[in-house]
Amino acid sequence: MSRTLLPYLRLEAFPTPFCSGCGHGILLGAVVRAVNKAGLDWNKLLFASGIGCAAWIPSPHFAADTLHTLHGRPIAFGTGAYLANKSLKVIVISGDGDLSAIGGNHLIHAARRNLPLTVICANNSIYGMTGGQAAPTTPCDAFTQTTPWAGGEPPFDLCRLVEGAGAKYIARHTVFQIRQLINVMSKALVFDGFSFIEVISPCPTHFGKLNAISSLGDFRARLKEIYIDKRRLDKLTASERQNKFPTGELTAL
Amino acid sequence: MRPTIERVKSPIPPGNYFLMGDDAAADGAIVAGCNFFAGYPITPASELMVRIVHRLKEFGGEFIQMEDEIGSICAMIGASWAGARAMTATSGPGFSLMMEGIGYAAFTETPLVVVDIQRAGPATGQATRPGSGDVLQVKYGSHGDYEIIAFSPWSVQEMFDLTAAAFNYAEAYRVPVFVMADESVGHLHEKVAIPDTVERWRRPTQPGAQPFDTDDPDGVPSMPAFGQGEKLLITGSTHNGLGFRKTQDSSVHSRLVKRLVQKIRNAADNIAQSQAYYTEEVEILFVAYGFSARAALNVVHNLRRAGVKAGLFRPITLWPFPEKALLSIASQARFIIAPEMNWGQMAREIERILHRPVISIPQVNGEGMKPETIFAALKAQSLVNL
Ligand SMILES: Cc1ncc(C[n+]2csc(CCOP(=O)(O)OP(=O)(O)O)c2C)c(N)n1
Ligand SMILES: [Mg+2]
Repeated sequence: MSRTLLPYLRLEAFPTPFCSGCGHGILLGAVVRAVNKAGLDWNKLLFASGIGCAAWIPSPHFAADTLHTLHGRPIAFGTGAYLANKSLKVIVISGDGDLSAIGGNHLIHAARRNLPLTVICANNSIYGMTGGQAAPTTPCDAFTQTTPWAGGEPPFDLCRLVEGAGAKYIARHTVFQIRQLINVMSKALVFDGFSFIEVISPCPTHFGKLNAISSLGDFRARLKEIYIDKRRLDKLTASERQNKFPTGELTAL
Repeated sequence: MRPTIERVKSPIPPGNYFLMGDDAAADGAIVAGCNFFAGYPITPASELMVRIVHRLKEFGGEFIQMEDEIGSICAMIGASWAGARAMTATSGPGFSLMMEGIGYAAFTETPLVVVDIQRAGPATGQATRPGSGDVLQVKYGSHGDYEIIAFSPWSVQEMFDLTAAAFNYAEAYRVPVFVMADESVGHLHEKVAIPDTVERWRRPTQPGAQPFDTDDPDGVPSMPAFGQGEKLLITGSTHNGLGFRKTQDSSVHSRLVKRLVQKIRNAADNIAQSQAYYTEEVEILFVAYGFSARAALNVVHNLRRAGVKAGLFRPITLWPFPEKALLSIASQARFIIAPEMNWGQMAREIERILHRPVISIPQVNGEGMKPETIFAALKAQSLVNL
């Protein structure tokens, strides 16, 4: 981590609890860089997170106001905080299970309401913290603790979900696309309205182990096949596009 | 730490009004400085929300209709930490949905006010009919050990007064405070006096002090707000004084839970309120709260007229229960009688306090307690022969 970022971190909280190969640590660094790129005042930031590995990204690591809430509820907490003090910039960082299963209702309503919250979803396509159960983002062909024979339910496309609910700024990248990720995040942070960033983050400990992905290199290769630049994806046929997701700035109204 | 106290002029013109209970609670909140309301419609509490939409527009404050009651309680907690005096109003089904958030608020010592206009439960029950079935849930509904403060208004005036007071107690003790009304009082129309001035207590705030621990014997730490550069670390996991998670440290956990319980229990004499009627010499002592206390007082009047030494003890706070006041009065009574609009929920608590049998008069028919119900029960027990 670059020295210039140290003032924004609670150093006593490091090292992070993330497993080796987990993408959440890369995302942590990307958020700090994006906040600085956007030129935001750290004293006016509120990081709200739910429960799960991803919820640990801001709390306790960021030297700012952090609100580590209940499973699924960080958006609701952040909505109240923003309304009570509109000089706050509320940034929600949480997992795919947190934001789209138990908290899915708050997510769509926040998108509809269009208050200027930025929601960053660390999507590892699984429930990491509880040991690797299926999430609403788990691909059908993936093995999890609760889909031990694969063949699970069809997953959400979270970006399309929030688009349908009215979100005006939406982007998706994997943690391996760090420059693009910081770029879209910094734009989202100053967007005048609700913004949503989906960050694809590998979970070698659970997703990798259960799906025989043995190295981070393999993980990266797998994600590269699924998450494809939207311009490239647009050129594929409908059948080639199956089970693939576009990356990039998807909506900017 | 002690709250700061200021006396302010009532923003609502003082004087006498004829109001419905729900409306009086909304006005009490406004007079107490409520400036944030998150809610979700539910009978019989919606009127309160509808009233406060207008009041917050008139006097300044934020209203948001959330997607559900879980969202409401969570938005209130966020707002409270952003410095607001936050409130919601609900009824049984919504109250049940709020339970996880209420535990979070208790554990993170977040001031907030919930008005529960109770209806006949369980489940959807009788949505338009009264009950007092949530009086144990308010104390024990979330998991783990914690303490809260709960009031029980019996009149429209008390809907105003106790809702206003609830904000002060929430701020002073950094605790969720509940106004456990029921549909009978919520929809009752009565005269309400709005005073010229009111006291507003504010949470103690000392920059740089630990927000989650204190050596102060009152057990209430400083509470800063978001956006003040305090780098607040707030979590529903077990935490030390600075807010750092300590999920494997048994001493931090027990110190925290004990302090949260003791800060309310040790202050019970300052918090607990009650009223006693005809208890100087009393043989038959009614212990009743909320709407049931109105029926009980009517019965007491009739019995006194007939020469029976009957009296009423009315807890105004259900939690903490005014134990000392009850103990001192009950010692001379031969019979303790608890009429309630539930299946005897507080009767057991009263038995626990008094260490003696209590005659419970439960009523779960979705109606307000009637004097006739109490009389019939007394006759059935052969306690009176009138
Ligand atoms: C109400 C409630 N239900 C269940 C849990 C247990 N739980 C903790 S984390 C979690 C899943 C987290 O998954 P995700 O949000 O995807 O985050 P990740 O750990 O994968 O980063 C669950 C189910 C809880 N804390 N609260
Ligand atoms: Mg996950």
